[in-house]
Amino acid sequence: MIRIKHLSKRYKTKNQEVQAVDNVSLDIAKGEIFGVIGYSGAGKSTFVRLINRLEEPTDGSILIHDKDITKMPSNQLREKRQKIGMIFQHFNLLWSRTVYDNIAFPLEIAGVPKSKRKEKVLELINLVGLAGKENAYPSQLSGGQKQRVGIARALANDPEVLLCDEATSALDPETTDDILDLLVSINKKLGLTIILITHEMNVIQKICHRVAVMENGKVVETGEVLDVFVKPTSKTTKRFVQQLNPLEHEKDNLAAFINDREDSEVVKLHFIGDRAKRALISEVAKTFDVEINILQGSVTPTQEGAYGTLFVELIGENSVLQETIDYMKNTGVEVEVLRNV
Amino acid sequence: MFETLFPNVVMEDMWVATLETLYMTIIAGIGTFVLGILLGLLLFLTDQGNLWENKFINFITGLVVNVFRAIPFIILILLLFPFTDFLMGTIRGWKAALPALIIGAAPFYARLVEIGLKEVDKGVIEAAKSMGAKASTIIFKVLLPESMPAIISGITVTTISLVGYTAMAGVIGAGGLGDLAYMKGFQSWNFDVVFVCTVFIVILVFIFQFIGDMLSKAIDKR
Repeated sequence: MIRIKHLSKRYKTKNQEVQAVDNVSLDIAKGEIFGVIGYSGAGKSTFVRLINRLEEPTDGSILIHDKDITKMPSNQLREKRQKIGMIFQHFNLLWSRTVYDNIAFPLEIAGVPKSKRKEKVLELINLVGLAGKENAYPSQLSGGQKQRVGIARALANDPEVLLCDEATSALDPETTDDILDLLVSINKKLGLTIILITHEMNVIQKICHRVAVMENGKVVETGEVLDVFVKPTSKTTKRFVQQLNPLEHEKDNLAAFINDREDSEVVKLHFIGDRAKRALISEVAKTFDVEINILQGSVTPTQEGAYGTLFVELIGENSVLQETIDYMKNTGVEVEVLRNV
Repeated sequence: MFETLFPNVVMEDMWVATLETLYMTIIAGIGTFVLGILLGLLLFLTDQGNLWENKFINFITGLVVNVFRAIPFIILILLLFPFTDFLMGTIRGWKAALPALIIGAAPFYARLVEIGLKEVDKGVIEAAKSMGAKASTIIFKVLLPESMPAIISGITVTTISLVGYTAMAGVIGAGGLGDLAYMKGFQSWNFDVVFVCTVFIVILVFIFQFIGDMLSKAIDKR
């Protein structure tokens, strides 16, 4: 539905040229929640602003439903923007307007008559769970409530896409979860395509279907969230995945168990999706003559299923250990034998 | 009691002068409000990174504003005599003071409006753009409402300067409390008249400040 081709943005400052977005090409399907993650300065904020041309692209094209946004004259662009909702890190509500009037604002812009506005606004207030707050001013709301107003406002003109610019970065973890749940329910209820940029891996993990990792303006890795999590290829992605998996930090603690003895192996198991539900350990224990010592484990849920990590020490005869490991590999579980470095 | 303390004060003259000062201040205040907002918007919108970014217009507007702010008011009145004569058909009376009052106060107010507009959250303007708002929508539904407390407190400060300006205009025959204090007071060596006129002007200033503060407070929902 959204096809981004060779998108670039260069800024000229006095002394140098900055390449904020560098030749990015992406396809985003209808109804998908697509995450873009990167550290600050990676160009993700600029990237999301290129999609509705709050920033003018230097090169490349953005096709939404086969219509090229980059070639639209400004009056057509303004009309198109009504169908591209956007929410922001700092909410960007008008303090001079009540919740009701903030949500009505995009409808005023679209020229919806007053009588029809009311129905729509009340519907949206209910959708985002703010009933009873119609006449409150933004200053009277909590951060989470403000973002709910932002979401309602972004949905007012029934957009095809919702752009989220660090929408949860200013919120505490609990409120972040509430807002993410709301985004998922809207995605399911309305079939809305969501493009979300963030620097928090847990946001990607919780709600995204696919993810692109950005660094220095380039997309360095893209794919299904689960795949990227399990087999990160770029250094940046690995750092993000580690941020999420506390076990990765504690790998060092396992050093004591890793030794050169022939009758002991420490293995790291990755369970992905449905395989995470399998009782592999008890299966192995029943089938092979090995002792299994569980060292550490964790399970991380994502939109496309869970993925788990388990560190175990296998003790037994060397040949049996090899057989065991081969058996585990054949079940489709990722197996990595850890050695002393 | 009053008559023994202030033997030369004629109450009837006082009321007439007070009303003249009020007329001058309020009508010049309205003119300043409109012209100042227009100039303030122009200064803001043509500034770098804003909606109608235009270095040339920004420079010219800034120059005009600065030049008129630099001219002392008493000299501005004299300079504007031919213009006033042409516009109002007279150079005497409170109506003749209006052009000078507005031209004197509007540039100052324009800078206050500009400061107020600069305080408007850039993110909110961006949000309005992302919704597909036109420039006029951004100006009338975002910029002006969001900077309204600054616009109101700005016009309060400016109106109070206007009261001072009307007194100066009075000295060259515009009527009002300044005129009375100078002609009936100072010229005739009746300092009781000067004193009472001063008290009246101070009361007027207090009233304007009070109204301005109330409005600004009522409007500010931040």
